[in-house]
Amino acid sequence: MSTVIWDDYLEKLIESWRKEGEPSRTVSYLNRLRANALSRIESLRLPTIRDEEWRFTDISSLRNTLFPRASTASLPGLDSQKSTFLDEPTCRLVFVDGQYMPGLSGLTDDGSIIVCSLSELTGICASKTEQYLGQLADFQDDVFVALNTALMHDGICIVIPANVSITVPVHILYITSGKEVAAYPRCLLVAESEAEVTIVEEYVAWQEGVSLTNAVTEIYVGESARVNHIRVQREASQAFHIANNSTFVAKTAHYDSVNLALGARISRFDQKITLAGEGAECQIDGLALIADRQLADTHTFIDHASPHGRSRQLHKCIVDESAHGVFSGEIMVRPHSQQTDARQLNHNLLLSEKARMDTKPQLEIFADDVKCAHGATVGQLDKESLFYLQSRGFAEEVARNLLTYAFGGEIINRVIVASLRQRLEEYILVRTRIS
Amino acid sequence: MINANSKILLEVHDLHATVSGAEILKGVDITVRSGEIHAIMGLNGSGKSTFAKVLAGHPSYEVTRGTLLFDGQDLSALAPEERARAGIFLAFQYPVEIPGVANNQFLRLAYNTVQGQRGEEELDPLEFDDFVREKMKLLKMNPDFLDRSVNEGFSGGEKKRNEILQMALLEPRLALLDETDSGLDIDALRIVANGVNQLSNKDNALILVTHYQRLLDYIVPDYVHVMEAGRIIRTSGKELAQALETHGYDWIHTNEQITGALP
Ligand SMILES: Nc1ncnc2c1ncn2[C@@H]1O[C@H](COP(=O)(O)OP(=O)(O)OP(=O)(O)O)[C@@H](O)[C@H]1O
Ligand SMILES: [Mg+2]
Repeated sequence: MSTVIWDDYLEKLIESWRKEGEPSRTVSYLNRLRANALSRIESLRLPTIRDEEWRFTDISSLRNTLFPRASTASLPGLDSQKSTFLDEPTCRLVFVDGQYMPGLSGLTDDGSIIVCSLSELTGICASKTEQYLGQLADFQDDVFVALNTALMHDGICIVIPANVSITVPVHILYITSGKEVAAYPRCLLVAESEAEVTIVEEYVAWQEGVSLTNAVTEIYVGESARVNHIRVQREASQAFHIANNSTFVAKTAHYDSVNLALGARISRFDQKITLAGEGAECQIDGLALIADRQLADTHTFIDHASPHGRSRQLHKCIVDESAHGVFSGEIMVRPHSQQTDARQLNHNLLLSEKARMDTKPQLEIFADDVKCAHGATVGQLDKESLFYLQSRGFAEEVARNLLTYAFGGEIINRVIVASLRQRLEEYILVRTRIS
Repeated sequence: MINANSKILLEVHDLHATVSGAEILKGVDITVRSGEIHAIMGLNGSGKSTFAKVLAGHPSYEVTRGTLLFDGQDLSALAPEERARAGIFLAFQYPVEIPGVANNQFLRLAYNTVQGQRGEEELDPLEFDDFVREKMKLLKMNPDFLDRSVNEGFSGGEKKRNEILQMALLEPRLALLDETDSGLDIDALRIVANGVNQLSNKDNALILVTHYQRLLDYIVPDYVHVMEAGRIIRTSGKELAQALETHGYDWIHTNEQITGALP
């Protein structure tokens, strides 16, 4: 091809991926989508801190590495990955460095859930992919979504048929091997009308290393369906993690999400929820627990695009040492979205002098008959609570850790999968050093 | 119970303390021996809670003059947790709510910390559960309070009972109950007072801060002190509380004969 790509890093990146050969697709829709995304990348560039939406998140260090695609997805001792499996029966889908691993995956279900890898799309998955993939996560103005769409070499499509309740959680495990490679995993979840499902997306590192994950998940919540989505990011301490979740919530449907940002050197999570149908509801909760020189950036956008919608959001950050937390929470209430009820809270805890937090709640309300509230706080641990604990014999450090743990615990408690919640509690206990 | 030979637990002399630059305590003197029960009364804002917090080591309060000895040891060098482990307990006038920390976890950690300090056996969650339920019976507390966050959403009276539950678990040598009676209904007052009386013995001591004679009908003090503007201006026997209830605080300034009863 002779076109000039504007951003030379992207040019080199695309070039090197081309050399490795493009994965063949069985579905022509995917090939078209991919080609469109590729041509769109030509006029995009990596964002810089001069871009409003990236003001606080400097990703220029990404340019230091031209992350190649993992050639073979293999891990020494794959069996040892079992420690990251959940205790409950699950529908487990495992990716290693962006490649789907059927051998590690397994469905504990009566067969009512339909799962297809994007490289082998058939039946209903093929038609749902054509209907939704790339429709919810828009790549026109988002270079990372465009890159994921163009370069994804694997992904998964999950369909929950109408009126079906999946009782076991769907656990999607994205493992990074620690090699200096990029993973572009893609996930599409379609819950048809009155379907119910819990989905856990977990990003874990097999070992330390500088890697890049650029993930996109699209979720379609059909009429009166319920989706509970838990997202746990605990990548390696030097990793880049950039992810986009785009969710469409239909009439009287309900979408819950809990998002935990724990790992990575730099992480950016863009979450977009469109309450598209009348009476659609969502509850969006998040916790970033960061230390050292980590940066965790969460951007959420809740679009009240229909009347009688309800949204609840509680986002917390615990920032220790020289870490930097960023939260931007936008809530849009469109002109005809009367009787919208939206509430957003953002509470941030700074544990050291050098810790930094930038928070930007934004309400944009264009309807008049609505209930909207938001609030944000940035602070240290409460002195009176500390004294109360100390007066009961708790050493100051233990008291601090207990209060920190409690602050984060409010979000952890919203993880409805018991073994995962327990594991997260233990993780936070270790991080906050209470025994 | 007064016994002139029993050991001095708390010795406070000419204690001055400031908070945010304002002097609140202006020369407090009080001596408490083991086995004794003291009551401190006084107008709102006279410095009773300030004294309690200074005793417990609240970091916002600075001792600027005077001595504060517990069991012969200078308290001013000790962090709040060290005072607690040494056997000082403050039942707060306004107990703090701590969302996200389960009451049972909090109680067990506090109990084990103090037990560890005394070289005694710590309890695992199961053992502790049995132990704390027994103590709760003493205070007729519903065990459901164990599973809730510390004081979160507790009613005023429930918070006060939770304070006394902590006292029962930690078995302090010196307990200061700051208006534990306010907010308690009539039945709860009797239950809590009974509990406190059962915990009281010849080796520990109690300071009750209260506005009402009512509590002192149940927990009979050996001494009653009146605090005014950061000092203890009168000390007498239990009849002083009765007299104050009848005549009001102004009466103190016009009546000097009570001072004659000073020990
Ligand atoms: N941070 C502060 N700055 C200035 N003054 C303070 C501060 N904290 C407390 N005070 C003042 O100290 C005085 C004593 O307060 P304290 O709480 O000790 O009174 P108290 O005797 O316990 O009253 P009450 O019977 O109402 O409980 C009050 O006048 C109060 O306003
Ligand atoms: Mg007071």
